[in-house]
Amino acid sequence: MTEEKIHIDQKLFEILETVSDPEIPVLSIVEMGVVRSAKLINGIVEVEITPTYSGCPAMDVIGDDIKEAFQQKGYEAKVDLILSPAWTTDWITSKGRIALEKYGIASPLSESADKEALLGNKKLVKCPQCGSLNTKLVSQFGSTACKAFFQCEDCLEPFDYFKCLK
Amino acid sequence: MNNNLIQYIYGIADNSLILGQRLGELCGHGPSIETDIALTNISLDLLGQTRSYFQYVAKLQGNGANEDTVAFLRLEREYKNVLLVEQPNTDFGYSITRQFLFDVFHLALLEELQKSKDEMLAAIAKKSIKEVLYHTRFSSDWIKRLGDGTEESHNRIQTAINDLWIFTDELFHQTDADKAMIAEGIGVDVTLLKINYYKKVSSILEEATLQTPSIEYFQKGGKQGVHSEHMGFILTELQYMQRTYPNMTW
Repeated sequence: MTEEKIHIDQKLFEILETVSDPEIPVLSIVEMGVVRSAKLINGIVEVEITPTYSGCPAMDVIGDDIKEAFQQKGYEAKVDLILSPAWTTDWITSKGRIALEKYGIASPLSESADKEALLGNKKLVKCPQCGSLNTKLVSQFGSTACKAFFQCEDCLEPFDYFKCLK
Repeated sequence: MNNNLIQYIYGIADNSLILGQRLGELCGHGPSIETDIALTNISLDLLGQTRSYFQYVAKLQGNGANEDTVAFLRLEREYKNVLLVEQPNTDFGYSITRQFLFDVFHLALLEELQKSKDEMLAAIAKKSIKEVLYHTRFSSDWIKRLGDGTEESHNRIQTAINDLWIFTDELFHQTDADKAMIAEGIGVDVTLLKINYYKKVSSILEEATLQTPSIEYFQKGGKQGVHSEHMGFILTELQYMQRTYPNMTW
């Protein structure tokens, strides 16, 4: 959506792609839409990241991981946390969504569908294991603040659903 | 101006801090695994929002202040949270009622705060509002489920509502710092939120087959730093590490 606003130097992009979200190791922080900018200024890499949720404990780890990744490539990096504009699940890239599904996390639906699904009104969340839509909400809050907990009524597997955040 | 701004932020952020702490007490003690996880996730959101506010306060204060000194090294009278959020987790009915009565207010407050002339406060509000929407949905659902549930759940949630109702009026009181910040276009005039608040709360209570209390006597004091007897116990636990091992870090 606002991806065109992101400024990431190509050379830095490749390094940032190696840093993953510690809660979802298959997803790089770039695919997650957490990196808002990365620039090389006077020999120092300046990275801006934005939290998914205010209390996300992964943010401190992500900041440290970014610094370490750049250090390994011989750069000194400075990481700033910015709050505006606020992160939205729309910033998860399509590659990121595929990675989520493969990892067993159902990716976020549109805002209105998300509401229906979380109120338990309609069966709209697809089981990432067997693809069935015959799933039920177990809990609006799952293993982390960004996820809800679902169960598939066909293959019976429990799974996480990444909640829509707009 | 800076001191008014800091006091104004305390008035907002201390609510999230103390409610976050109260909900944190339920970690591992929720009535079911799902509610346990939900309440502690809400706690995490609130504490995350508190961190953003306190990092900002620390910057305004300067002199080596940081989010931890702001959170842990104040005295009881210096906390400006409302009495509602410090009320104990008597049972799940009380915890969820306290949450519901606060969430409806919190959401309305943030909707206005996003328009603040203070860019930092506006940014925090825009970020937080997305989380608070989920909180409000969660607590409203439970009010309906318990109110329109069994006779036992109905009676118990009604008792919690009757008991906590006396703390709702304080949400709409103004401090001098509030007034100064409203004049600057930074603060939200909470008195304007009152009518819609009670309308919204009553309509959900009605849906839940519950009675809206008609109490005329309300408690106040938290916003001035005059807290209920519960506050000292909360702070004892909250500040324990910093008081016992000053300046410790993780």
